[in-house]
Amino acid sequence: MSSPETTPRETSGTAGSAKSAQAASEHDGGAQPREGGNIGGTGEVPSFEVTLKIRRYDPERDSEPRWEEHRLTMYGTDRVLDALHKVKWEVDGSLTFRRSCAHGVCGSDAMRINGVNRLACKVLLKDLNLDKPITVEPIKGLPVEKDLLVDMEPFFASYREIMPFLITKGAEPTRERIQSQVDRERFDDTTKCILCAACTSSCPVFWTDGQYFGPAAIVNAHRFIFDSRDAGSDLRLEILNDKEGVWRCRTTFNCSEACPRGIQVTKAIAEVKQAIIARKF
Amino acid sequence: MSAPEQTPGGSYAPALETPRSPYKRSRSTRPNWELHGWLFMRMSGLALIVLVFGHLFINLVQGEGIHQVDWGFVAGKWSSPFWQTWDLLMLWLAQLHGTNGVRTVINDYAERDATRFWLKMALYLATVIVLVVGTLVIFTFDPCADPTRNFDFCSAA
Repeated sequence: MSSPETTPRETSGTAGSAKSAQAASEHDGGAQPREGGNIGGTGEVPSFEVTLKIRRYDPERDSEPRWEEHRLTMYGTDRVLDALHKVKWEVDGSLTFRRSCAHGVCGSDAMRINGVNRLACKVLLKDLNLDKPITVEPIKGLPVEKDLLVDMEPFFASYREIMPFLITKGAEPTRERIQSQVDRERFDDTTKCILCAACTSSCPVFWTDGQYFGPAAIVNAHRFIFDSRDAGSDLRLEILNDKEGVWRCRTTFNCSEACPRGIQVTKAIAEVKQAIIARKF
Repeated sequence: MSAPEQTPGGSYAPALETPRSPYKRSRSTRPNWELHGWLFMRMSGLALIVLVFGHLFINLVQGEGIHQVDWGFVAGKWSSPFWQTWDLLMLWLAQLHGTNGVRTVINDYAERDATRFWLKMALYLATVIVLVVGTLVIFTFDPCADPTRNFDFCSAA
């Protein structure tokens, strides 16, 4: 589990910008606008006022979660994550959230933005309705630990249960396990998963029934079930044939809509259902 | 035994919104019917499209339409084993399809175990009553039971 950020604002906020300003004045050019240049304002990044409404919860002080609003000046190139950084680094250092790569690859910063699950690092502020406050909440269905940080353990427990690793049989080949392009293509979509939990925590079945495996676990099972090199499909299909397995899916498509990687999650679940039926009859 | 270690201020936990119970999968020892339930919903759904729309067409559109439906019309239909089978099939499939649908709704929405159990018991009781009474009517329907009706075969018998 990644630890919450604790960067004090002095290091990267004030001091950082002062340093860069100094560096810019020392070396001519750089990112600093030239004097008298850019008269017409061409190429200037537009700035705007944003109200960020964050769901805060400090277990040591709050008896229940509360909303906190921040008025920020942000730029056209900024994402929701930048706004959260601005709050954390310049306003309130106690704001807690996960983020690692900040570029939509690691899957750490899934959160509920304006009521839908998104990665904060992939949502540009300018694409949202700025007339209203932008609400940022922790993802639903997992226990909130602090502010936007949830306990991901139930999510990963489901993930581990479907055995997300290659299971082979027979002698190991001397070189690599060869697979045709067509066979590889079969499960390509589900290899894209970054385990951000946006799908599972958008699933209404998961909200009410925490025992449900959830879309992410099924997607990752799909990745191996349809892999021609894998020999553990029967095991995985049997696990997902559980009362809390794929049959719990109500095809509401929330998961497909939430996936930041564009995985056709509901389709993958349907394919697993079909595979179980095909195996039984 | 020493008390389990707690984080500072650990007593806050109950105040937290508890969206779900802790992760603990109970491996069901009972046979799992979910696969069959899921398949039944799709199969019965397809059959019901034919059965229900066939029923509606025969009763309400064909011939004199809605005005033809009376005691005699029903008596005429149920004198044929074909329509008896049709109606029996429609009754059972529709009732079980509906029951299974409501069962999943109860499973999805009832949060307490006791609530879920009793709602399902009520559902199953209603299902059994409808199936028993409906089946009974289809097989024991007596066209001569209505004294205002005078079919030829009633007096003959």
